[in-house]
Amino acid sequence: MAKDELAKDFKYIGTRPNRPDGYDKVTGRAKYGADVAAVGMLHGAVLRSPYAHARITSINFEKASKLDGVKAIITRDDFPVGIDGDTLNLLENTIAGEFAYYDGHAIAAVAATTVHIAKEAINEIEVEYEVLPHVIDVDEAIKPDAPVIKNNARDFSVPEGSSPNVASYIEFGTGDIDGGFDKADLVKSGRFKTEAAHQGYIEPHACMAQLDHDGQGEMWVCTQGHWYIRQMCASVLGLEASKLCVTPSEIGGGFGGKTTIFIEPLALALSKKSGGRPVKIVMSRAEVLRATGPTASASMDVKIGITKDGYLTSGSVEFRMQGGAFGGSPVSEALQCAFAPYNMPAAHHIGYDILANRPRAAAYRAPGSPMAAFAVESLIDEICTDLNLDPIDVRLKNAVKEGDKSSYGPKFKKIGLIETLEAAKDHPNYSISLGDNQGRGVAAGYWMNHGGETSVSVSLAEDGSVNVTVGTPDIGGSRASIALMTAETYGIPYDSVRVNIAETGALGFNEPTHGSRATLASGKAVYEAANQTISEMCQRVARKWQIDPDAVFWENGYAKPAGANAGDFSPISIKQIASEMDQTGGPIAGHHEASIRGVGHSFGVHIADVEVDPETGRITVLRYLVAQDAGRAIHPSYVEGQFQGGAVQGIGWALNEEYVYGADGCLQNAAFLDYRVPVASDLPNIDTIIVEVPNPDHPFGVRGVGETGIAPPLPALANAVNAAVGARLRSLPMSPGKVLKTIKTGEDGC
Amino acid sequence: MTKIHVKTNINGDKVEFLTDPRETLLDCLRNHIGLTGSKEGCGTGDCGACSCIFDGNLVSSCLVLGVEAEGKSIETIEGMAGEKELHPLQKKFIEMAALQCGFCTPGILIAAKALLDRNNDPTESEVRYWLAGNLCRCTGYDKIIKAVMETAKDIRETA
Ligand code: FES
Ligand code: FES
Repeated sequence: MAKDELAKDFKYIGTRPNRPDGYDKVTGRAKYGADVAAVGMLHGAVLRSPYAHARITSINFEKASKLDGVKAIITRDDFPVGIDGDTLNLLENTIAGEFAYYDGHAIAAVAATTVHIAKEAINEIEVEYEVLPHVIDVDEAIKPDAPVIKNNARDFSVPEGSSPNVASYIEFGTGDIDGGFDKADLVKSGRFKTEAAHQGYIEPHACMAQLDHDGQGEMWVCTQGHWYIRQMCASVLGLEASKLCVTPSEIGGGFGGKTTIFIEPLALALSKKSGGRPVKIVMSRAEVLRATGPTASASMDVKIGITKDGYLTSGSVEFRMQGGAFGGSPVSEALQCAFAPYNMPAAHHIGYDILANRPRAAAYRAPGSPMAAFAVESLIDEICTDLNLDPIDVRLKNAVKEGDKSSYGPKFKKIGLIETLEAAKDHPNYSISLGDNQGRGVAAGYWMNHGGETSVSVSLAEDGSVNVTVGTPDIGGSRASIALMTAETYGIPYDSVRVNIAETGALGFNEPTHGSRATLASGKAVYEAANQTISEMCQRVARKWQIDPDAVFWENGYAKPAGANAGDFSPISIKQIASEMDQTGGPIAGHHEASIRGVGHSFGVHIADVEVDPETGRITVLRYLVAQDAGRAIHPSYVEGQFQGGAVQGIGWALNEEYVYGADGCLQNAAFLDYRVPVASDLPNIDTIIVEVPNPDHPFGVRGVGETGIAPPLPALANAVNAAVGARLRSLPMSPGKVLKTIKTGEDGC
Repeated sequence: MTKIHVKTNINGDKVEFLTDPRETLLDCLRNHIGLTGSKEGCGTGDCGACSCIFDGNLVSSCLVLGVEAEGKSIETIEGMAGEKELHPLQKKFIEMAALQCGFCTPGILIAAKALLDRNNDPTESEVRYWLAGNLCRCTGYDKIIKAVMETAKDIRETA
């Protein structure tokens, strides 16, 4: 079901062809991060801190270095000094200096002729630690007397008297908050908490790197953004970026977690120290969970005022988030998303970015939005229950639309929240009757997909087929969507387009495949580049016909005379133009580079039905619906796939997934058995509705579809559980024990 | 550690390799034989990305030692397609977009084939439980389950 106001006839866009990389990926041929080897390659292993917080008083690797087969050992001493700011944080997180800041923090690394020798050597390295007090929980970390993680961590924004662990403070708002609360018939507030979750990509981080003493090197790595990797590696190692060539492997999932460096600079440094031999490092699952970048944990206060007929009058939030020992939680994004779906006459936002002895948070699908949605959308549901109002109607009454100023500032252009709410309301899932201990929950979510720095090229092959070169790794079918947009632009068959993902030397800087931008930004740039070649082709044909270039136009893969006045010429196909390139001026290629501004505002509405076992507290998801505005679904199957995958990650976060720490500050569940992501038997089908309200800032109307879907499940499921058994959980995950406790005691888990 | 000489059969080919006795079958497939289609997602038997058929049984090859392959017959993702065309499951997975990143795909295809070889008329719930040991973080499983059910239907109809 597609709602499309600006219907346009497309030939290829909106169809569901096989993805170009399908064969490679179903036959095991596709090469991921760990799938390569090189002659003379060494294997790396990393020694990690067993303490949550400690001073490293000495590292002795004499014994380790004597093991047969050990070729290089590195510590922080092998990295440049005099680095500061963000680069210092990156370096500190890559390899500890004076302090280990979390369980799993890298201390040293070894390269050896086999993995076994490298691991043995790790065990032989002697480190002396002075264990320091640690803090894990965000509400503990913000207390004024909390153990101090770093001196001078705070920036200029932090108010006097705050805990030393507050790294930054944000405050913004609009309207008369108190006046708004005065006008309300009901004012409700609550505290909500979410635990850190991991992206849980099934492919662990892996890379193979080579670096010579002259500063030239190359790397093969699974990443969402190889220019980011190049830039970060170059900055922490003091290299010139252009001398490092980074090639992205196929990537086994990332969800934001593979946009920064962890093992990559270690592999480069080991290679250099071992005389330029290639070094491969592959993380174990435990290392992925302990030492890459999960998302933040959050503690959030929300207050909302509403009239008795369901109009919001005022809202305020205070979000406290820890994103590990270096700051960088997505608290600012969380604040921006908090009230974004609604016209709030007055809104006030406060945010704290807090340090804790945990790994440095990385981006995770719509960073910050799921936590904000959990707090705000749960409280709105509580209000709807109290006032006996339909939750979709209340959202419709307050929904933002074109021309409205968002709660965080920017004015919305054409957006599709109302259409999405209506589509969800009309879906049969909203009216199926429910049995005992069953309940239905509704929630909305938002993400501002962005464009960012983009560079692409296209070239015409000699037979009239087209090569497209982009810098955004294909995580979930973007080759297919880019090929579809290219085919549409030229009017040539989908199969005549080949999309390549290039290494860092082949194009200008590209931001990663993140923020739902691969189809959004690369697609827009490819459209521009393809149009350059189309106008070049028209010019060459004009020369041939000896008419004005303006008298030639392009349609369905042909250059044609524009009307009778242009002359009576038979159209010339792209194939023929390609076959004559040599005589008409040489190769035909186009490129486009831009910092693509404009944002693809994408709203989603989810409806979850659950059954709660009142004896065990176990939650079963009975049915699940995702309705989301895609702007335009280029390849609808992969759009549905993004909706479904996002929803299931949100379901996991809501029900099972959490970082569990012991009293010693060490992670207790660094394995998939204990960090439990949803499995097939946990889930029903995930129904989808693709709403299409085209993005006015994109040539095909694309908004980006990846992020939004992870936010609504957290509140939708909490709301459904409350509807089922009258238990309001304000803390995630809703594990059976917690649910049972809430049923029995009414405590909300916070 | 002294290496051990192992003779085995992989995807119908006789194969010999030398292995450190600490290495898993997955290590041997990937690092000694060059078959990198089987993936390591966890190394602890929790994700199913390394699924292989070991003497007719579905196993996590990260939980089998390389030396155990002696005299056995092993099927991996690289042996799944026929000479002329893909296995019906492979085709259906592409057609129905049952993969996003594709990292879980080899393991899921091997596991799904093991199911359909035993039972070509599974219920949706049987498929969901059979594949409960294969983690996919990208798709939410919906399209995977549908692709397996559709393939089973096709197999029944052409049988
Ligand atoms: S790698 Fe074998 S089960 Fe995960
Ligand atoms: S497609 Fe990425 S893990 Fe399944």
